[in-house]
Amino acid sequence: MLALLINGVGLLLIAAILWWFWLGPQRQKAAAVSGGEKLQILVKGGVYEPDRIRLPAGSEATLHFRREDPSPCAEWVLFPDLEVSAQLAVHSDTAVKIPAAEPGEYPFTCQMQMYRGTLVVE
Amino acid sequence: MAKESELPAQTFRLQGASCAGCVNKIEGALQKVPGVDEARVNLADQTLTVRGGASAETCVAAVEEAGYGAEPVRSSERELREQQRAEEQRHYHQLLWRSALALGLGLPLMAWGLLTGEMMVNTLAQQLAWGAVGLLTLAVLVFCGGHFFSGAWRAFRHHNANMDTLVALGTGTAWAFSMLVVLLPQLLPEAARHVYFEASAMIIGLINLGQALELRARGRTSAAVEKLLQLQDPTARVLRDGREVDIPLEQVQKGDRLRVRPGEKIPVDGQVLEGSSLVDESMLTGEPVPVKKGEGDTLSAGTLNKNGTLLFEAEKVGAETRLAQIIEMVKNAQSSRVPIARLADKISAIFVPTVMIIAIAAALVWFNWGPDPRAAHTLVVLTSVLIIACPCALGLATPMSVMVGVGKGAEYGVLVRNGKALQQASNLTTLVVDKTGTLTEGAPKLTDLDTDGDADELLALLASLEQGSEHPLAEAVVAAARDRELELLPLSDFEAITAHGVRGTVNGKKILLGNRKLMQRENIDIAAWHERANELADLGRTAMYAAVDGDAAGLIAVADPIRDDAKAAIARLLRLGLRIEMLTGDSSATAEAVAQQLGIDRVHAELLPEDKEKIVGELLKKGERVGMAGDGINDAPALARADVGFAIGAGTDVAIETADITLMRSSLHGVANAIELSRATLRNIKQNLFGAFIYNTLGIPIAAGVLYPFTGALLSPVIAGAAMAFSSVTVVSNANRLRFFQATEEQ
Repeated sequence: MLALLINGVGLLLIAAILWWFWLGPQRQKAAAVSGGEKLQILVKGGVYEPDRIRLPAGSEATLHFRREDPSPCAEWVLFPDLEVSAQLAVHSDTAVKIPAAEPGEYPFTCQMQMYRGTLVVE
Repeated sequence: MAKESELPAQTFRLQGASCAGCVNKIEGALQKVPGVDEARVNLADQTLTVRGGASAETCVAAVEEAGYGAEPVRSSERELREQQRAEEQRHYHQLLWRSALALGLGLPLMAWGLLTGEMMVNTLAQQLAWGAVGLLTLAVLVFCGGHFFSGAWRAFRHHNANMDTLVALGTGTAWAFSMLVVLLPQLLPEAARHVYFEASAMIIGLINLGQALELRARGRTSAAVEKLLQLQDPTARVLRDGREVDIPLEQVQKGDRLRVRPGEKIPVDGQVLEGSSLVDESMLTGEPVPVKKGEGDTLSAGTLNKNGTLLFEAEKVGAETRLAQIIEMVKNAQSSRVPIARLADKISAIFVPTVMIIAIAAALVWFNWGPDPRAAHTLVVLTSVLIIACPCALGLATPMSVMVGVGKGAEYGVLVRNGKALQQASNLTTLVVDKTGTLTEGAPKLTDLDTDGDADELLALLASLEQGSEHPLAEAVVAAARDRELELLPLSDFEAITAHGVRGTVNGKKILLGNRKLMQRENIDIAAWHERANELADLGRTAMYAAVDGDAAGLIAVADPIRDDAKAAIARLLRLGLRIEMLTGDSSATAEAVAQQLGIDRVHAELLPEDKEKIVGELLKKGERVGMAGDGINDAPALARADVGFAIGAGTDVAIETADITLMRSSLHGVANAIELSRATLRNIKQNLFGAFIYNTLGIPIAAGVLYPFTGALLSPVIAGAAMAFSSVTVVSNANRLRFFQATEEQ
């Protein structure tokens, strides 16, 4: 009985991991930036907040990263497809200029890809 | 109330403030802003200093309201850097503390377990004692490892998982199981009533220690940028109202007049107004010999004034200086992606959830089919797999090497645009080299003057004739006459005959200078000089016949001299296994002669500028991986077309912007340095990636217990923690080895 229970729990956990991290709906709210607005992204505890950012296509934008995590993982933010990167200062705002881009999704991460976010240009 | 010195001060640069009245108006406007304790305008510097808690935006708004402009003076890169260093130092000590506390509990517990073997819970006394230890361990988990748990939770809410998740799950599971044993031992068979508090505490301690060591090692990876930043002094000596004032570097403005004394560093880019001195530019150009600077010459920030005093006008300040742009470029390149890391990137994206699934699956296997005590084995396997998996080593493998490699390049005057350029430079097969300005000086010089009469007299006549011409070869003749301090005579009836030469009257004598066609046209007998002219052509020199008053007077030859170090650099490149092809617009004879002297066997001569790009394209079509080295002025399309474009000499800003690799130094040795460095960096990256892959692909199965049939024991979670903590330190340390890279030129 106990064995059945434990096996059941284990399999359920595996299913839950698959669903939560990959298959399930990614209920992320996207924060939008329009002209002149200042968008702050909090870099803390392994997460960019917000981690989904909407930008209008064809115009430059500036994102403000506020890094609250002193661990070196959080030090850089990279937008590999846009060839943009910035070194983030701890406990302060770092402005990161995003060049005008074609519509599409551009991931941004830390150097080690533990912090992950997506820039949605539309 | 806080003392004045403790209040934060903000500095703004003012626009439009020109009189004492403005000072009062601006200061008055700011006094009305809530949170401003003190506002002071410095008219000479055009700056405003504000103390108090008011935000920069409100201060700027107040100044604008008063009818002026203001913008915050950015604190310098160096200051920011220092703040970050201080922050890192604080974080480092924090990590050490956490580690010491956790190990302080974990080590005695582990020693107890090893020495007495009593980690079981069977009696009430044991329950109480271990219960107390469990609470202590909980305190350690919260105080020393709380950030892992909060990070894991935040990531989880974002459908994300990272290293924190693994650490939190691993240590949390071990603690929860142990607590279950303490509180309800009867639920488990007797052999499984084992506690693992020591594992939780040790793992937290070791991982904190690993992170502290990693932080230390990482600090060294950015040493190169640090060195570049230190090329600037924090202050500059500016002339204001006839007096010399020392002001912070950030406040120097375009048009300011600055003075530098012997032994001081040039603070900003500018042009010399007065004085002359030798300036050491080696830090920017790699050129070891100091350059003589006088009135009208340009100065670059970060270079060192050697022996004289210079007065100069600031032309570029702040982020516009060449030094600042170099630093910016190095920093950008240091954080860019390398294509080789794509696989590692894909793996690290799915790594953590995959490891979680493997851990549960392995634990279930042990639970269902493993030997007794099953519950204990299940827990050990679950914890060990979660803890030993190290996404960090995988994620750090490339960025750390690129960081060190690109920084090292900057020390050699090699500026790499991005990781892709670095990778492509490492596996080039063919290097296409533009002759002029790369292999040769780019400025023709007079090499030979053969005459039956007086050489100086003939040169004076020819130089006087050529002063009317704008041809590059003419400049060489005039320059040679100047070098010999010959006086130029007045010229009349000057005529340039296209594709033939020039004619004119100097001092009453009719002078002709040109090729054989010109002499034939004018019916001048040059048979006596014919053979000599052929000899000179074979040496790659351009020979011209001279005639005075209708008679052949002699022969002069002009050539673009080969750079001193070109031969050695070509030899190095050949040793690196590259095929070298030379491109030039010159005649075949000249080109062949230069190629032969340098040991180059493939030559494309008599090219038009657009042909260069075509040749690069053809080589690419043949499947060659092509590098192109040129000065970036007229070969920009070819530079862009090649897999890697090396812009030599960094003379133009355009070159810096378009080339994949910019060489600050005007030497082909820079290309060899860049290729050697890129190969060393890629080798380092491969070692790191290999190490990280092997570590994880061996570590995870071992933690899952595949060796149990042979060893009869499972991997202890504590050892898994130690392995994980030190795997990322190893990767960073290996990347740091690149700092000892040495180009073969210097060995």
